[in-house]
Amino acid sequence: MALLSTFGLESFYGDFQALFGIDFEVESGEIAAIIGANGAGKSTFLKTVCGLLKAGPDKIVFDGQAIGGIAPGRIVQRGIAMVPEGRRLFASLSVEENLLMGACAKRSGAWDLDAIYALFPMLKDRSGSPATALSGGEQQMTAIGRALMSNPRLLICDELSLGLGPMIIKEIYAALPRICSEGMTAIVVEQDVSMAKQISSRLYCLQEGRVTLSGPSNQLTMEQISLAYFGV
Amino acid sequence: MADYLNTIVQGILLGGLYALFAMGQSLIFGVMRLTNTAHGDFIILAAFGAYSLVVLLGLPQAVAPWVALGILLPVGFATGYGLQRFVLNGTLGRDPLPSLVVTFGVAIVVQNLLQEVYTADPRSIESDGLNTASVALDGGLAVGTLPVIILSIAVAMAIAMQWLFDHTPLGRAFRAVSDDRDAAELMGLNYRHVYALATGFAFLLIVCAGTLYGMKTTVAPADGPALLLFSFEAVIIGGMGSFYGTLAGGIVLGVTQAIGFRFDPGWGIWVGHMVFLAILLVRPQGLLPKTR
Repeated sequence: MALLSTFGLESFYGDFQALFGIDFEVESGEIAAIIGANGAGKSTFLKTVCGLLKAGPDKIVFDGQAIGGIAPGRIVQRGIAMVPEGRRLFASLSVEENLLMGACAKRSGAWDLDAIYALFPMLKDRSGSPATALSGGEQQMTAIGRALMSNPRLLICDELSLGLGPMIIKEIYAALPRICSEGMTAIVVEQDVSMAKQISSRLYCLQEGRVTLSGPSNQLTMEQISLAYFGV
Repeated sequence: MADYLNTIVQGILLGGLYALFAMGQSLIFGVMRLTNTAHGDFIILAAFGAYSLVVLLGLPQAVAPWVALGILLPVGFATGYGLQRFVLNGTLGRDPLPSLVVTFGVAIVVQNLLQEVYTADPRSIESDGLNTASVALDGGLAVGTLPVIILSIAVAMAIAMQWLFDHTPLGRAFRAVSDDRDAAELMGLNYRHVYALATGFAFLLIVCAGTLYGMKTTVAPADGPALLLFSFEAVIIGGMGSFYGTLAGGIVLGVTQAIGFRFDPGWGIWVGHMVFLAILLVRPQGLLPKTR
């Protein structure tokens, strides 16, 4: 059974409609990737799932329960954690304090400070520094760690590679299978199509707020993807 | 020489009161970027609340104000929580105007309500002569007992609040919602509740300030706006975001006013405003702005 599904999901910024009937599904333990050009609605989709944008009550089903329109604070308590675009770390908090903020939802599980430091050892040395003093890669690790601290069942990552160098991107994506080996499900938005294909088992391509292609990542060809991506 | 020293000591003591006025303002502004224009009137409201309690309780004068303060602290916290949760939270957004207008309206309501109930006569909280008692120091100096108590409470409050902000989970939540409210919500934090707690704590400071102010001098229902002005000046002089800064700001304001008063009794407040303006020009970030 799918852990998260959306049915004809629509989303609006004021009067502007950004999503037009998105049908989406991710199975438990699977990594789904979402690709698409700028403005295709990828981030909007993630924000809507997390409750930052309004959604119809039964348009989003998580673990068999309708969660559309629920406040973001409640959604994280049910087990969906978000690594937001641009990381959004708390600037006046230290690295460790940022991680502890992730534990506000008070869900129990394997992820605690020690587990995060084991996953990203370089954070341990920087635990007392202000989050703003870190490099981009370290900040991204902190943001991932912060999301994991809520012990989610579904981890949502928005553009992990944004503004990072190729080496550090590799390092961060190398951590993803380790994170998911514990049975965690993930949705990843990624600009780099080949990276998206490589890490995911299911791929969705969005264009102008609609799904233009979806299927198992290893069965979709680059031609199909570029057709869906650019929509020519 | 002793004369000047005396002026400065009296100024520091006066500054303790201003710091106490300003810390609540500083907290509310720091956590939710809300400019509470009713701040001074809430202090006056607290002073009248303490005055009424002292009258109603009929306890000996020496203990009555402190008992009243003890009763008012939880009442104040609940009032602040409710005010934020059910009124002010609705005014917060990208636009700063709604919160300004609403707190301005609340200020008018509080002032007129007090006027209606207590008339415009100034009142004072009797404390069995504590307000006139003094301690003689070496070199012909004498300091008022109550001002010393007020300054000590202000210093203790600054330390306690700074500790709360720096070292507790609640303080972490205060800083996080102040940094990025949406991201804090994504962590499962209910910002409405966190904001309401912040205003609750600000009201603890307001209740202390009001009760002590009413013990030190006379209060009248229309005094609020002047206190608001002193609070603003102390917050800006000290720099946003740190309670020690606000404490320093209050003391700088107190000392400058005391020096002004020394030259001419009509100049004290004016010199305070001038120093405030000078600091705004020369060091707009304040004396001790948030360090990180």
